Amino acid sequence: MTPTYYLLLSALLFSLGAVGVLVRRNAIVVFMCVELMLNAVNLTLVTFSRMHGELDGQVMGFFVMVVAAAEVVVGLTIIMSIFRTRRSASVDDSNLLKY
Amino acid sequence: MSVLNLAQDFLVAAQPATQPAAPVADTISTGEAVAFWILGPLSLLGALGMLFARNAVHSALWLVLTMLSLGVIYMVQQAPFLGFVQIIVYTGAIMMLFLFVLMLVGRDSSDSIVEVLRGQRLAAAVLGVGFAGLVVGSLAQAFTRVDSVGLTAVNSSGGGNVANIGAALFTKYLFVFELTSALLITAAVGAMVLAYSDRHGKGLKKTQRELVEERFKGDRPGSLPGPGVFATANSVATPALLPDGSVAQESLSALIEATTKEHLADDVADVSGTGHRADARALTGSAPKEGTE
Repeated sequence: MTPTYYLLLSALLFSLGAVGVLVRRNAIVVFMCVELMLNAVNLTLVTFSRMHGELDGQVMGFFVMVVAAAEVVVGLTIIMSIFRTRRSASVDDSNLLKY
Repeated sequence: MSVLNLAQDFLVAAQPATQPAAPVADTISTGEAVAFWILGPLSLLGALGMLFARNAVHSALWLVLTMLSLGVIYMVQQAPFLGFVQIIVYTGAIMMLFLFVLMLVGRDSSDSIVEVLRGQRLAAAVLGVGFAGLVVGSLAQAFTRVDSVGLTAVNSSGGGNVANIGAALFTKYLFVFELTSALLITAAVGAMVLAYSDRHGKGLKKTQRELVEERFKGDRPGSLPGPGVFATANSVATPALLPDGSVAQESLSALIEATTKEHLADDVADVSGTGHRADARALTGSAPKEGTE
């Protein structure tokens, strides 16, 4: 076993997240799939940090988490406000940004 | 898992040629291998569960499983700080935020099964499998000749993992770190702006002050007499009596007054004891079955 296995695991997780974004209709579940993709990328960053023997990868993973937290807050509020005006959280229903 | 096994076979086959003469600094212990082979399938299971769960709350819980496994994998991979941040920030804060919004939006707002674009799911599955095959294949190919250095040296010097990350954050990445503060405050302000609902907009919800002013400008500032006050029963159907014994008109329930007499006949009979036995379920609007007496 080598650290490459972690990279393969993260590639599989990323693909599952991408399929979820394409397949699921609920905006919140789509958002969770995006989070899964971010997590998979974080796993590659941690593994690269280990392979290189430097901590920069972990610092970058930390920044990815900060960006993900900010993104989740704004994204979920957008979903909430769309739900408030349209009474639906399905991505099919929100085909207009206004009204 | 078959792709992983294939990749594993590939790696095992390619391993003897790539063994360098110098000793590899980063050796993977049996414990780590065991942890990987437990946590890796668990995280994949979580991702699959999230993908296939109909209920959005179940999806969120499956994702929590994936994130917890990834957090432990980070710790196994000599990144304890990131592992704990993963568990605290992701599963503790972000997923709870997801669950909160799910509860606000409504748990039953599950996915529609209707396929809007014909064959989109199949195409997505094919694309996903193709992408996974491509990335896994290229990664397995690309990293056969790369030797891992390992973080043992870095983590054992200068105060350990956490202190080293802190030092890097506040020296090398100081500007980026400051930028994240701007990002976070922008996100907080943006969330407040987006989540603010205008009271005077479509909903026209009255404030408490407006309600009080309206009440004192009306003809009756006090509260209405409750039903059953000074009367023989505290049922909502019994009107309050004024001191002179007459019925207080304000205490009459609009709902019951609007109901026709014939509709209430059974309940009246129930309460008065004529016809049926009076029971605790009086005024339920339905006559008790004959056989239950």
